[in-house]
Parts: sequence; structure tokens; C-alpha cells
Amino acid sequence: MGSLIKIEKRNDISNSILLFSPVLAIILTLLSGAIIFYFLGFQPLEALKIFFIMPIADLYGFSELLLKATPLCIIAIGLSFCFKTNNWNIGAEGQLIFGGIVSGGVALLFYNQEGFFILPIIILTGALGGAIFALIPAILKTYFNTNEILTSLMLVYVAKLLLDYLVVGPWTNPEGFNFPETRMFSDSARMPLLFEGLRIHAGIFIALMLVALSWFIFFKTFLGFQMKVSGLSLKTARYAGYKGKKTILLVFIISGACAGLAGVGEITGPIGQLYREISPEYGFTAIIVTFLGRLNPIGIIFASLIVALTYLGAESAQIFLQVPKSIGQIFQGLILFFLLASDFLLYFKVKFLITQKKNEY
Amino acid sequence: MNIDLNFIGIIIAAVMASSVPLILAATGELIVERSGVLNLGVEGMIIIGAISGFAFMMSTESIVIAIFGAMFAGIIISLIFGFLTQTLLTLHVPTGLALTIFGIGVSAMLGKNFVGLPGKEIPVFFENLDKITFIGPILFGHSIIFYFAFVFPFFVYYFLKKTKMGLIVRAVGDSHHVATDQGINVILVRYLCIMFGGAMSGLAGAYLSLVYTPQWIENMSSGRGWIALALVVFATWNPLKVLVGALLFGSISILQLHMQAAGVRIPVQFLSALPYLLTILVLVVISRDDRKIKLNTPNSLGKTFYKEN
Repeated sequence: MGSLIKIEKRNDISNSILLFSPVLAIILTLLSGAIIFYFLGFQPLEALKIFFIMPIADLYGFSELLLKATPLCIIAIGLSFCFKTNNWNIGAEGQLIFGGIVSGGVALLFYNQEGFFILPIIILTGALGGAIFALIPAILKTYFNTNEILTSLMLVYVAKLLLDYLVVGPWTNPEGFNFPETRMFSDSARMPLLFEGLRIHAGIFIALMLVALSWFIFFKTFLGFQMKVSGLSLKTARYAGYKGKKTILLVFIISGACAGLAGVGEITGPIGQLYREISPEYGFTAIIVTFLGRLNPIGIIFASLIVALTYLGAESAQIFLQVPKSIGQIFQGLILFFLLASDFLLYFKVKFLITQKKNEY
Repeated sequence: MNIDLNFIGIIIAAVMASSVPLILAATGELIVERSGVLNLGVEGMIIIGAISGFAFMMSTESIVIAIFGAMFAGIIISLIFGFLTQTLLTLHVPTGLALTIFGIGVSAMLGKNFVGLPGKEIPVFFENLDKITFIGPILFGHSIIFYFAFVFPFFVYYFLKKTKMGLIVRAVGDSHHVATDQGINVILVRYLCIMFGGAMSGLAGAYLSLVYTPQWIENMSSGRGWIALALVVFATWNPLKVLVGALLFGSISILQLHMQAAGVRIPVQFLSALPYLLTILVLVVISRDDRKIKLNTPNSLGKTFYKEN
């Protein structure tokens, strides 16, 4: 071979590189961010500061970061179950919306009632709604051999249109001057706020509980072990008596329920009613969080904070630099690109053959 | 019977027009998948094509530059995917998703100054012949992209079935290891196929922003990239069936538009959801036959290829 670079597969993956590649990805994202801002005609460092530092420089900003990281973390925890077992559920956004619709419907039933039992019912029905919606692609995959990527994604559009129908049609607020929104939920249907004057709510505890629970399942239970093996080698797992179909259904139920919970957190937390856009594409962004967090519960916490920052940064850039909000999506795409690229170092060794070349001849 | 043939002709023409972007993107992706690569970034490439085509049209007023500019932009963004999956051996699924997210973000950024501007007049062919009853509106008075879309799948079919290059593409997709042993440069073939897919998605986008809705709207591809991906499965990787599938989807979207216009007592949202529900239904019907799918799926589809030295 004439090339000076030789690529070799690694036999084992070291933990240090496992951590190193997300860090490298973030550094590369910042660098390309600086370049993008330069070409948009801004002073790169100043712009990066506005994007990444200014939004979280004060207490309110930091609480907003936690507020946005909460749904991302919840969804990503669920998705990690799917991705670990090679089930490509990319319709979490639809499951979030459907969970929101179901739990929002329950919240509207109790719109003029108070009671401690209301919120738990809403939370449960939201998780149930998300799980049922995720079961559609799961059943189609297991019993009809249908590609889950496409079906789960198509259902996102269906959920969005259903929500749209409800908020302009049957569920619209009768005293709302025909705005496309429902009544406000009663106080008992709202997530308790943690601090006066900040929007951060009790949903963050749901996120933390799910992190702990998933960590336990992944590392301390037989189910977690089974999932790990089936993700690495399906044949080996089958040989060991692994029930493929049951696991597929289970991981979809888990990820759907998580997405549904994220939906509950949004509508009972900062929003307090249903309207057209209950989620700024958290379901899609959480896919990035899942990968950036290395499918690891602890990693996902950090990843959700980092990716949540792209939402705040985009808002900040819109206000102070008059750049479209979509700059956030550019950063999100870049993070995933660079992360996947950095993983090259994870699976392969790069050897430079300049010195060895002489010996070849 | 007093059936307005001309009206039926206009409806058929509308169905064909709405299937054009699906035909182009799906046929491009079909070649990509035939070479063993699963690029989920079609939606992102279409939207990049749409804004590039529109931007080139507004600044040069040349339809030729606009079309080639959109295809070129599609190629450039597909090369990101190509470099990552082929050179850096990343997983195809997340890389494609990243491409879609990135593409939507970049297009909104580039399109900031084009929102709300009316599009330019696009030259059409045989304009005066479209007065002929029935066949007039179907055959005449369309843009060059329209005619291309309905001829193109036949070329791709011929290319895959009858040419040596087509055989090489299929070989690479069916077994990259065997293809390597035959002395085929698998990576190079896949790069070329990915670029071809990018160009076709770019062209599909150009059709949307130049001809179909001649203006720039954020997210104007509205899921067509995903429907195109579904169409490839529906067509069991056969370009001629892509044509059939795309026309089926075209009919549904035109049907629902006409039902909306006619004031059918079904909520608009349910009608708008029809194409997506149909996609799911069609996928289920096609995929239910396990053997048929296995027989037609390129064997190496979505698998990372690593050449042992």
C-alpha cells in the first residue's frame, strides 16, 4: 500500500478515549462555531461568549438551562434503552406530543378542580400515552417486519397534526377568543415550582430518578446485561435464550413512556396548557444527547446540559446578534457530526507509516 | 355522460407535479442504498437544494445556474455524510440524522433574507399546446425538471440492470467484501453513489422552491425526504416501482388538497395526515412478506465497511 497512514481496528476500547471523544467533539464544535460566526461578520470570541456563556451567566439563566435540560435528559434516558439494543426509535418527538395530548386531556378534565391526586394521574397517563404511541412502531417492527425508523418518524407528523386539530377544534378554550390553545390547567395539575421567580420545576426530580433507575437496570440487572449482549451480538444473545421480540417491545415502551413524561413536564411545567408547539423538537435533539452521553445515564446528564445550552445560545444569538434561531440546530448537527467522527479514534488506531516505510522495501 | 376531460387532465398533471420531488429524491437514494449505504439525510439535502436553488435563481435569474447550483449544493452536503461514513467509518443512521438536523439549520440560516420574496418565472415547454383537451395539461407546459423526473427512473433502471457500472454498484451493495476481492474500489463507488444521491435530492429541492411553490419557506420539504426513504423500501429497490409509488403519494396529497378545498366535513388535519398514514400502511403491506424484503434488500445496507490490510 502506498498510503502513509495505516488504520487498524482496536481490540479493546479504553475508557479514557470513551470520555475523550465527546470532549474533542465539543472543542471542534466550538472551533467551527467560531469560524461560522467569523463568516457571518462577527468577532468570533465575542459571539461565542454571547452564545455559550452569556445565557447562563446569572442564576435565572442557569435555571433556564436546567429547565431545558430536563426533558432532553428524560427522553435521552429512554432512547438509550432503544439504541443500546439497535432499535432506531427516532420518533420520540411524536411520543412526547402524544403523551402531552393524553395527559393534557386529563388535565383539562380537572380544569376547575383542585386535589393532590390530580398531578400523579396526569403524570401516569402521560407516560402511558407515550408508551402506547411508541408501541405502534414496535409492534409493526416485531410482527410485521416494518422498518421502525420510518414508521416512528411518520408518526411524529401524525401526532403534530392531531395536537393541531385538538387545540383549534374540540379542546380549544371556549373563552379564548379562538386562539389555538386550550384552557389553562388548574394549579393542582401543575408541576410544583422549586424556587420563587424561576421556571424550574419538580420535573427535574423525575429526570434524576430515571437516571438512577436506568443506571440500576443497565449495570445491576439481568435485563440490562441481556440488552448489552443483544446490542453487541444478536446471535450470541439468541443462543443464550434472549427473547428478541419481547425486548423490542419493552425498550420501545420504556422510551415512549420517557418521552411522554417529558411531554408532561413541559405542559404541566412552564406551559400550563396545550397549544400547537409544546416542544421545540426536544424529541429529535434528545437523539444527539443520547449519543453525546455515550448511552450512559451519567453521561446523558452532562450531555443534556451541553445540548440544552444550544437552545439558550440560539435565543441569545437571536437577540444580541440578530442571527436566526436555527443557528442552534447548526450547532446541534455539528456536535453529532464531530462526535461520530471522534469515535473513529475509539474504534480504530491510526498509525503513521513514514518511518516504517523504509523497511518495507 | 358529461365528464370534463380537461379537468381530469389538470388533476392528473397536479398529481404528477406533486410526485416529482419524491421521484427524484427516492431514485437518488435508491442508488445510494443499492451501493449499501443508508443515508437518512435526504430531508436535509432536499431543503439545502431548495434554498440554494432559490438563492441562485434570485441572484442570477438563470434557471440553468439555479438547477445546477442546487445539485451542486446537494453534492457538497452529501460529501459531509460520505466523508464521515466512508472515510471515518461512522454509523450510517446517526450520521444521516445529523445531516438532516444540520441541513434544516443551515437552510434556515441561508434563507433568512429570502423569506417572503416571490419567486421568478420559470421557462416551461410547449406552453401553447396545453390547451389540447385532456392530454394538453398532462404532457405540455411543464418545466424541464418535470420531464426529467419521469424519464429518469427508466435510465436508472437501465443503468442498474444493463451496464457494467450498474453491476458494480449492485455488487458493492450486496457484498462489499466480495466486491473488494474482485478489485473494485468499494469506498470510491460508494462516494460516487452518495454524491449522486445528494445531487438528486438537491434537484428535488430545487423543484420545490423554483417550480412547485416558487418561493422560499422554512422547512418547505415538510417530510418529503422521509417519504422518499419509505418509497425506496416500497419499491423494493426497483426504480420503476419508485415511479408508481411516487404517483400514489402524489394522488393522496392532491386528493386531500381537493377534499380540503371542496369543504369535506373531515378536519383538515386528518386529511393532511393521510400521506404519512399511507406511508406507514404501505410499508407494513410491503414489509410483511419477510422473504420478499430480504431478497431485495442490498445485503450490505447500512453496514460500515472496513478494509483489512
